[in-house]
Amino acid sequence: MPLDHLRALEAESIAILREVVSEFERPVMLYSIGKDSSVLLRLAQKAFYPGPIPFPLLHVDTTYKFREMIEFRDRSAAELGVRLIVHTNQEAITNGTQPFLVGTQRCCGLLKTRALLDALQAGGFDAAFGGARRDEERSRAKERVFSLRDGKGQWDPKRQRPELWGLLNGRIQPGESIRVFPLSNWTEIDVWHYIHAEGIPVVPLYFAKEREVVVRGESLISLEQPFVQLLPGERPEHIMCRMRSLGCSPCTGAVRSTADTVPKIIDELIAVRQSERQLRIIDHDQDGSMELKKREGYF
Amino acid sequence: MAGLLRICTAGSVDDGKSTLIGRLLYDSRGVYEDQVRSVQIASRSRSAGPIDFSLFTDGLKAEREQGITIDVAYRYFATARRKFILADTPGHEQYTRNMATGASTADVAVLLVDARHGVRVQSRRHAQIARLLGITTFVLAVNKMDLVDFDPDVFDAIRDEFETLLPGATLHAIPMSALHGDNVIGLSERTPWFEGPSLLDFLETIEVDRNATEKPFRFPVQLVVRPSHDFRGYAGQIHSGTVHVGDAVRVWPSGLTTAIKRIVTWDGDLDTAFSPMSVTLTLEDEIDLSRGDVIAVGDVEVDCGFEAQVVWMDERPLNPARVYLLKQASRTVTAEFSRGLVLNQIGSVAVTAAKPLVFDRYVDNRTMGGFIVVDPATNFTAGAGMIGEPMRAHAAATAQPNAAERLARLARAAPTDAHAAEAVRRALEEMLT
Repeated sequence: MPLDHLRALEAESIAILREVVSEFERPVMLYSIGKDSSVLLRLAQKAFYPGPIPFPLLHVDTTYKFREMIEFRDRSAAELGVRLIVHTNQEAITNGTQPFLVGTQRCCGLLKTRALLDALQAGGFDAAFGGARRDEERSRAKERVFSLRDGKGQWDPKRQRPELWGLLNGRIQPGESIRVFPLSNWTEIDVWHYIHAEGIPVVPLYFAKEREVVVRGESLISLEQPFVQLLPGERPEHIMCRMRSLGCSPCTGAVRSTADTVPKIIDELIAVRQSERQLRIIDHDQDGSMELKKREGYF
Repeated sequence: MAGLLRICTAGSVDDGKSTLIGRLLYDSRGVYEDQVRSVQIASRSRSAGPIDFSLFTDGLKAEREQGITIDVAYRYFATARRKFILADTPGHEQYTRNMATGASTADVAVLLVDARHGVRVQSRRHAQIARLLGITTFVLAVNKMDLVDFDPDVFDAIRDEFETLLPGATLHAIPMSALHGDNVIGLSERTPWFEGPSLLDFLETIEVDRNATEKPFRFPVQLVVRPSHDFRGYAGQIHSGTVHVGDAVRVWPSGLTTAIKRIVTWDGDLDTAFSPMSVTLTLEDEIDLSRGDVIAVGDVEVDCGFEAQVVWMDERPLNPARVYLLKQASRTVTAEFSRGLVLNQIGSVAVTAAKPLVFDRYVDNRTMGGFIVVDPATNFTAGAGMIGEPMRAHAAATAQPNAAERLARLARAAPTDAHAAEAVRRALEEMLT
């Protein structure tokens, strides 16, 4: 009887986590508060047991995340007893950076990519774990498990190192760093199956309930941020909906759904034919959007 | 469910490989509607029919603009019968390294050829690489059969030629049109002479060699876990075999004998564990083990020297005068190689490591017999090797020349005196730093 598919993925991810801790001096885990981060955190607990998780968590806070995400973040870190570093590009916030004023590309560039690179540099981190999966988006399908970044955090897809047999090359020059993706081979459904099997807590935003939103095209946008103003003809509506992917509240649309438990979410995913990042506005702001963001240093 | 199947695909540039994968993903609902829509929009600016399926897999801007595939792309899809991980590897010669990468973890290789062109140099090469990397189950997709009027004679000729290329492997040949979907998911009415099964049917039902849990136990130590002075555990992934609490094991390279005390996991201690599980082992005796050592049952090879098939993947050629880093299982050592290789070249090389490695022959155990070569000057993963026969002591001694012999060999190998001087100068610099 071969090892069950989920347990095989788990074993592979744990091996990746251990390899990084063995080969790098200052690893850090990027903690985005989403379902993938929750899974990554559980895998880290397993990988180093009975020892503690041997690296801190880093959350790049744009200040536009959903309130429920921040509550969940602080609760999780406290319960696990892990060190949590929260970093915000305060200068950009003070200068009034927000997506509707400067555009989503520039907003992401300042509040996510710039903030991430500054935080990594400030901490002197040489390896950063992320929860990205190859099934999420087509440029991510080309990503390695160990993704080499230059001194500016930039990704060069043509200079990627071959990865054979799960042998990971962790050699870097001073100033370079790697991004590590232990969930590379997981799919969205695998993540949910694992959350269900393990009883992993996730942010309640993933579960359907009536939320106050405004309908914009195919997106249901939260009115949580005061600058999300109603346009002429728009009105707030109460709609049964949930988030498939978590980001900043002005730029992350909810989907109509009645799935209020993990098994119902899994059933819904099997039936649905839209990808999870469809309502992430930042993926679609230009052609090859994710690839460009990654080249600039995004995850 | 038949469990996970890892597939790699290979073919020459215009054989329609990306189209086939896009078709497979689309028809088995492995792509989402919004991805289809973005592809439909993009297809309008190109000329491959109503939906250009290759746009699902070509993830990079340069690829979409040039209509080529640059890098390995991993795709995930599932049917009611099985889960699949597919490594889509490019066909250009300069990216042969990616073919080796995709094949290194695959259970099955799907090779595409264009029915109009038959078996070309590159198809041969891809088949050989996949076979060298240990794949024994092959699908030969003879594509674009619609352009040869579904002529069974064309198909038979290509299949027969391929069979001779893959001794010791099983080959299932399928006449196909990826663009129109013939024999991809279901059987095509346009090939009544083909008995099947179709590609998806074959992939869903094929039994692959998964007896890794029955092979001898191999556990390279990745990390020593010491949260307190009363716990010392060895964390790692079981590369092959099964282990029970109380089993007698030996630790290598020391060769000391001990027994398994506990199999520790976050979910609780286990009585038994098997590959590919990641666990933490504790041992009955206090033995000083560190990262790179191997806990094993049965005979392993422990040697500094061995013969290996090496695939060179770097534009900077393999230089026998230089010292490289070699990573195998969880150990990294410095190593020298008996001959040079250039980009995409594959050759038999005598390898001499500075410290003994604990390994199996690649044909017996892929993850214990495979290694990567890292160029210490660039840190690039420059080569990949598959270990064959160990050299044993006396042979290894002759394969490891002293410094003077190495310099003399370099000087002799150089085409001109100037080259010889330069090669010796560089080798000396490397020896001294």
